[in-house]
Amino acid sequence: MSDVIPLLRMENIGKEYFGNRVLSDVSFTLMPGEILGLVGENGAGKSTLMNILFGMSVIEETGGHEGKIFIEGKEESFKDPFDALKAGIGMVHQEFSLIPGFSATENILLNRESMKYNPLVEVFGDRFKTLDRVDMKKRAVKAIDTIGVTLAPDTLISEMPVGHKQFIEIAREIDRKNTKLLVLDEPTAVLAESEAKVLIEALKKLACQGIAIIFISHRLQEIIDLCDKLMVLRDGRVIQEINTKNTDVRQIASWMVGREVSSEAEKSEGKDREFGEVILETQNLWVDMPGETVRDVSIKVRRGEIFGLGGLAGQGKVGISNGLMGLYVSGGKFLLRGKEVKLNDPNRSLTEGMAFVSEDRRGVGLLLEEGIDWNIAFTAMQVQEKFILNLLGGLVKWRDDKAITKCTEDYIKALEIRCTGPKQRAVELSGGNQQKVCLAKAFTVAPEILFVSEPTRGIDVGAKKLVLDTLRKVNEETGTTIIMTSSELEELRSICDRIAIINEGKVSGILPAKSPAEEFGLLMLGHIVEKTANELNAERCG
Amino acid sequence: MIRMKEKLQVFIENAGWPRIIIGLFLVSLFIAAPFVGVRLDASLSDTLVRVGMNGILVLAMVPMVQSGCGLNFGLPLGIIAGLLGAVTSIQIGVTGTLGFIAALVMAVPLAVVFGWMYGQLLNRVKGDEMMIATYVGFSSVALMCMAWLLLPFTSPTMIWGYGGSGLRTTISVEGFWLNALSKHLHIKIGEFFYLPIGMYIFFALMVFLVWGFFRTKTGTAVTAVGSNPEFARASGIDVDKMRTISVILSTVLGAIGILVYEQSFGFIQLYMGPFYMAFPAVAAILLGGASVNKASMVNVLVGTFLFQGILTMTPSVINSVMQTDMSEVIRIIVSNGMILYALTRKVMVKR
Repeated sequence: MSDVIPLLRMENIGKEYFGNRVLSDVSFTLMPGEILGLVGENGAGKSTLMNILFGMSVIEETGGHEGKIFIEGKEESFKDPFDALKAGIGMVHQEFSLIPGFSATENILLNRESMKYNPLVEVFGDRFKTLDRVDMKKRAVKAIDTIGVTLAPDTLISEMPVGHKQFIEIAREIDRKNTKLLVLDEPTAVLAESEAKVLIEALKKLACQGIAIIFISHRLQEIIDLCDKLMVLRDGRVIQEINTKNTDVRQIASWMVGREVSSEAEKSEGKDREFGEVILETQNLWVDMPGETVRDVSIKVRRGEIFGLGGLAGQGKVGISNGLMGLYVSGGKFLLRGKEVKLNDPNRSLTEGMAFVSEDRRGVGLLLEEGIDWNIAFTAMQVQEKFILNLLGGLVKWRDDKAITKCTEDYIKALEIRCTGPKQRAVELSGGNQQKVCLAKAFTVAPEILFVSEPTRGIDVGAKKLVLDTLRKVNEETGTTIIMTSSELEELRSICDRIAIINEGKVSGILPAKSPAEEFGLLMLGHIVEKTANELNAERCG
Repeated sequence: MIRMKEKLQVFIENAGWPRIIIGLFLVSLFIAAPFVGVRLDASLSDTLVRVGMNGILVLAMVPMVQSGCGLNFGLPLGIIAGLLGAVTSIQIGVTGTLGFIAALVMAVPLAVVFGWMYGQLLNRVKGDEMMIATYVGFSSVALMCMAWLLLPFTSPTMIWGYGGSGLRTTISVEGFWLNALSKHLHIKIGEFFYLPIGMYIFFALMVFLVWGFFRTKTGTAVTAVGSNPEFARASGIDVDKMRTISVILSTVLGAIGILVYEQSFGFIQLYMGPFYMAFPAVAAILLGGASVNKASMVNVLVGTFLFQGILTMTPSVINSVMQTDMSEVIRIIVSNGMILYALTRKVMVKR
């Protein structure tokens, strides 16, 4: 192989965002016509790697990257995506970058249209050339045919099903004459299974023509079907680079999620925890939360339990708590202590003894312009009339600022919130301290059930530990039932009793936190519908 | 020495440069006044009377600003409610303080109704409140131009002499409730210095009520809605209801404000009278240091004093110096300049 010059060689690529290392020492090579599968959890560094390859401006703006990129043996460093396009790298984005009001042909050939000469060009230059519609259509049909799908080139993008849009994006890259390398970022995420199959066939055909492909997907079976080799990224490092022939879905899954922090998970397993009756139950819950649609979730949570909701981003795990708290339109059955509760009413959810620490800290979680004291006391004051002095026989409900300050000072001490005092505005706090304020707000209403959504996102390690310890402590001391949503599986496994993995808006399985990481990984990828830990064990050992 | 410097810095930071500059300008006007032949005591008295007259109209900005509905450019709507109360009171013919109270009794319920409708409208245009409010103000004035002609008022002090029907553009309240508040406890020192303590007491009462409102449970909820509606909703607050309450409150204060203004000014101005009333009030509260989503009682007091001070002093002093009438130009530059400045500035984050 050494006599052939690889089409792409990336050497020791590394990247830091504001002191936060997202990629380190990533190296790989890609031959012409080779298909590389790139897998990893959200935040593993896949997108950053591709942004570096593509010369996206975010990379330059945040201080550039380490390592070298060689295209056909020549060192390149793209200043912007146009350079990358010129060098023959095409990218199909996760989000559609198509113009809805234009036809398929127009979108495929955008800015590369076939032109016709007319006399005005002599006066006004090339910009006055007219479009050669006949030739354009021919080129578009050719590009579409290369993929191997049937598509009417005159259809407007806005009238197409999502699957077809994805094909149009690929056709656009194919029409570029010099495309040598095609990067596809989760192209099948929006496709139905049959469409995905067509796409995979099309990509294989392209590879035969000598185009190298980097394929990013969460659907591992596709990776195995399509790719020649695959690379697993985790926390910005290459965990494994292997020929797809020599591996299987299960192995890949364990590489993706497995981390060596299980020691903490073991610790909490020491004693058997006892739980009360079923306190919260959902039946066929759906929530219309943009980007996190919940389709059909039925779960039962027992009193005193810490219940985890995991899964990949965009699969709907975040929508569940938001829906139950009444923040997004939802439906289905929701039972508390065996009694049905009205959905879509935030006030009702709060008076029923539930509290919510939102994943959207700055958007929903905090009054950024107000002091810490207001942030902590507001919900309890409005919902439960705490911190209220009744004046004139209850006619005037006066705010008791003294009690609020007292309560705030207590929480500042208990949660080690670093601030100048109870009056400091929330916007001036760091992410970790803001999160502590959010927790204090939830604790102040003394909830029976506490929803915590992404409690450790974007905060440093020390604050992370404090947040998790506080949750555990509250659960132990007051018996508060906690339902925690997190993208970090290890975090869930370290604190929860049971974890439900949500995939495509549905529960793909509920496992005890002690189950091995790879089983969770499989559920996240939606490969196994529901199996108990025992069955899985038997399968593996047998 | 260093302590002094630090203290000065803190003071400047708290007060803000615009207020310091305008304040110094105002002081220089007061100093210059005697040299160009303008009486200091008369000017000061004039300024203070105007503060009392306009204060409640400026106060009418606060509830809507606090609830996130922006500056109340629809103030003319509240003013119209006040005007309706005023002409009705004159029609009935009650005089003195009782007449003023009669006007209030008429105006406030009307303002509540207007404010409720205005609030419903503003809840449909979240994000564009100030633009819509401006047009609510303008169009309500235009609508009332017709109504003033058609409403069946008959009191001879108010209707056109020649037609025998329809209200006049300017109606004197003399003989009805001129100085109904101002005359109580007023102080007169010398020939030119006059302080209407009664009006100040009423103004102080209003300020206290609004201040108190924002310390109640509902007032806190209104502020939270203005600060972050999503947060408020997640805390079980009915966002639209809180916004409506604030709009009603602003409109009612507008109605009361114009009545206080008229009892001191002496005239009811109908037709296009309320058209531009919102702008001085908006400019005053911004001058006082309020932003489009935060306003306090201090902002109201400081802003009204500075704005009315400039308004009183510039015509007399500058005209004496330059021998031309620049007053209107300066007034427009100050008031619109302040609005422009405040709408474009961002709240600074201190770390």
